[in-house]
Amino acid sequence: MDLKMEDFNAPHSMGTTIIGVTYNGGVVLGADSRTSTGVYVANRASDKITQLTDNVYLCRSGSAADSQTVSDYVRYFLHQHTDFTYRIQLGQPATVKVAANLVRLLSYNNKNFLQTGMIVGGWDKYEGGKIYGVPLGGTIIEQPFAIGGSGSSYLYGFFDQAWKEGMTKEEAEQLVVKAVSLAIARDGASGGVVRTVTINSEGVSRKFYPGDTLPLWHEELEPQNSLLDMMNVASPEPMNM
Amino acid sequence: MSSIGTGYDLSVTTFSPDGRVFQIEYAAKAVDNSGTVIGIKCKDGIVMGVEKLIASKMMLPGSNRRIHSVHRHSGMAVAGLAADGRQIVTRAKSEATNYESVYGEPIPVKELAQRVASYVHLCTLYWWLRPFGCGVILGGYDRDGPQLYMIEPSGISYRYFGAAIGKGRQAAKT
Repeated sequence: MDLKMEDFNAPHSMGTTIIGVTYNGGVVLGADSRTSTGVYVANRASDKITQLTDNVYLCRSGSAADSQTVSDYVRYFLHQHTDFTYRIQLGQPATVKVAANLVRLLSYNNKNFLQTGMIVGGWDKYEGGKIYGVPLGGTIIEQPFAIGGSGSSYLYGFFDQAWKEGMTKEEAEQLVVKAVSLAIARDGASGGVVRTVTINSEGVSRKFYPGDTLPLWHEELEPQNSLLDMMNVASPEPMNM
Repeated sequence: MSSIGTGYDLSVTTFSPDGRVFQIEYAAKAVDNSGTVIGIKCKDGIVMGVEKLIASKMMLPGSNRRIHSVHRHSGMAVAGLAADGRQIVTRAKSEATNYESVYGEPIPVKELAQRVASYVHLCTLYWWLRPFGCGVILGGYDRDGPQLYMIEPSGISYRYFGAAIGKGRQAAKT
């Protein structure tokens, strides 16, 4: 495979797999960690789940620049809204629905310039855990679970079979990790580690799953510390199998 | 208590030596001399009532409406100069729809009251504007239940369990 010079100047895209899942009491957001410029992996440990407020987080996919800019603007608008309307006056954080609406207004009104699909997830005291999908084009749709990014193509069938209502927190987290690792296995543009963020009434907790802790799929090998472990250690010539 | 400004009451941008803005107080008098308006907050909603003033027998009953709906879950009753009141109601309606189109949820009553109060206060800051000659009782129902606010010509807004403005307010309050 020839690496052309154009690939290094290509815009950073986040190939990506992103997931948001509601469970009984909150939401779990998950993502892979690969940022690619063409075929070069610009960042193999990126964090695609960004914070909008204390209780609302955003999963980003598509163009890295576009999604970062949208999330910066929404964070700013939300803080303006929260701090001036809600916190100073009402003394409480904004709802997930409000955050999601701000994301989709930016996405829709700038649809000709942006290329980013996002998943907004969080917990508020009025509606509990909620997930809103805001795909390309700027539509907003409230869903019990949402998937996005190039790796999500491989997860539609998986979720049809594995998803169920009213899961516990542990079940939801396991489902998300399993799903992201499946997408990483099949999608070349997704890879690295799995990051999850769980949001509920008690707060937010971030988890990190390095490659060797992920479930193995069909035909995948056990992770090795070194290829040399596979060979006879006593042999002075490593290539002599 | 009629106090004469003697020179300090000619403009809304002039303070008197004892720290009062007479124009705003005169605007409040316009409200005090108008038909009574009452609002009560209940456990499950708001009730508002206005005194119907029939100027002439030729007037169609049902015209000269003084209670207006602002949005799906909020309404306003106006006392004082009716035309001024119409302006405030129009502003409140547009604030409510604008909020919903940006934030995707109905405007919280507290926020609506704040915006209307800011608008009323705005007209007390410039010499080329006169203060609104009307007081407003704003009632609404949001996520936190029913709430009642009263906004005076000075731009002050307070939250109430029960409020009355106009000629009969002293009688209403007892």
